[in-house]
Amino acid sequence: MQKKLLIVVVEPDPERAKSIVDGLHQAGEHEIRVIAEQTGLGRQVTALRPDVVLIDIANPSRDVLEELALASGSAERPVAMFVDRSDEQLTRSAIEAGVSAYVVDGLRPERIKPILDAATVRFHMLQRIRAELEATRAALEERKIIDRAKAVLMKARGIDEEAAYGLLRKTAMDQGKRVADIAQQLVMAAGLLNR
Amino acid sequence: MTGLRLGYVPLIDAAPLIIAQELGFAAEEGLQLDLRRLGAWAQSRDMLGAGLIDAAHMLVPMPIGQALGLGPRLPAADLVMFLSHGGQAIAVSREIEARLRGVGHGFDFADARAAGRALRRVIGGGLRVGVPFAFSTQLELTSHWLAVSGFAADEVALITVPPPQMADALAAGEVDMFCVGEPWASFAVERGIAALLLPGTAIWTAPPEKGLVLRRDFTEERPDETGALMRAVWRAGRWLDEPEHRGLAAEIISRAEYLDLPPELAERGLNGRLMVCPDGELRDSPGFVAFNAGAASFPWRSIAALIAQRIAIRHRLDPVPAMARAMAHFRTDLYRQHLRPAGAALPGASSRLEGTLTEDRMVAAEKGQMILRADGFFDGFTFEPPAAASSPN
Repeated sequence: MQKKLLIVVVEPDPERAKSIVDGLHQAGEHEIRVIAEQTGLGRQVTALRPDVVLIDIANPSRDVLEELALASGSAERPVAMFVDRSDEQLTRSAIEAGVSAYVVDGLRPERIKPILDAATVRFHMLQRIRAELEATRAALEERKIIDRAKAVLMKARGIDEEAAYGLLRKTAMDQGKRVADIAQQLVMAAGLLNR
Repeated sequence: MTGLRLGYVPLIDAAPLIIAQELGFAAEEGLQLDLRRLGAWAQSRDMLGAGLIDAAHMLVPMPIGQALGLGPRLPAADLVMFLSHGGQAIAVSREIEARLRGVGHGFDFADARAAGRALRRVIGGGLRVGVPFAFSTQLELTSHWLAVSGFAADEVALITVPPPQMADALAAGEVDMFCVGEPWASFAVERGIAALLLPGTAIWTAPPEKGLVLRRDFTEERPDETGALMRAVWRAGRWLDEPEHRGLAAEIISRAEYLDLPPELAERGLNGRLMVCPDGELRDSPGFVAFNAGAASFPWRSIAALIAQRIAIRHRLDPVPAMARAMAHFRTDLYRQHLRPAGAALPGASSRLEGTLTEDRMVAAEKGQMILRADGFFDGFTFEPPAAASSPN
């Protein structure tokens, strides 16, 4: 019977943390702890002595973990090690998914792999969700701007909504630009003129 | 147009990359730069290593740490040019500020010896100092200055704190002071949390801060793009070193897609006019950050050796092979090859005695003469690189 591993997930967003933890539970019987608070991260990790630490590759607090990994030579600290020394492809796909892992020295690659695979899958999913949210938000924003541009044209030219949109579209086509960009310029110009 | 993916961390010294794209220096070289804002230095290193970016804005000591095996095993990466000198500031908590004022320190933001002496007087025990990364110019500057000022190595704890969190760490009492690149020191002053004690340039007149780092296989397989990128960034640096351009540069780099901060904050460092305490005291700090003038971008191999020696000692490695390994990662050969056509002045040697120029000096160049920027240390420290590595490159 293998000893349970202690995995620490550093993630300030509770929703994301929950999703990652759920994914890890499917990768085997492990003890999982989440650290959400960024201040004193080094102290918290040192106190927990985890076998694996998982963190978003873009989280600024990663640089704090780098310091712990470097200090791992001394006996009183948890020995952290970069996962890449076990499997290059595994590391690359993890980096692509946006996850970075710090693994205790001496942990066998076959124990690391399922954990990192599970984390990679979750981070990929979270990355997709984040991109979709971003796209939806941008689309909403653009629709609002186009509506405002239409209103400007309807008022200034005394035309109806359909004609206003047609005019925006034609201008965009003529100039090789997007309707939203033309709308943005028009709204900005109208704002300046009405001041 | 060839697209290149560039990683940068949002700081004022990312300006050469941003300006290269925004003002068309990249386009002139047939490049379209896809600039990726990154959250951590380790992210920059890992993404470059995995080939997810083609080039990175990095702390000068980072590729040295990698060369010495003090990081993950990743493909070899080389520093092909410096992007900036200076740009760092040392800040102390308001409480230490009060104590320093109590012993008559005037916060001139210039005299490293006086500041160090005053600090030693008011700090009885240990000192916790925030730095952005384990391999950073900030760490080297601070440890050198504190050691000379009479702080024993075991009295100083250098603690990694991500730059955007420096102000919070100081406010929470996690650190007593910090050394960070702008605009994060000014950000802490603006929030009423810190006072600025010194610019990095008060400790070392020309502290190399950021470099352009590429994977070695990229520079070998795509020499044309490597050269094009170096020339675009070098011309952006030259544009940036015109004082009248700094205000516009602050506007551009502060946009939402880049630093996403008020331009007034970036302007302080770029103009070398900093507010040193929340009461509004201003100090002029000429040459606070430099990008190009005086051959600032030339990646002296002797600087690789200087930093490698310090890192090796700190991490209990043999400094002699460490210096040789690090020097091979500072590519003065590529600098000469790719920037000669752009008209960059090229020094006759690639390695030199560091710290000897107390002021800018005219020296012999590959062709004619050139001005080298002053590079003295506040305490007169000099560094002689190993002779073996002073190759003609």
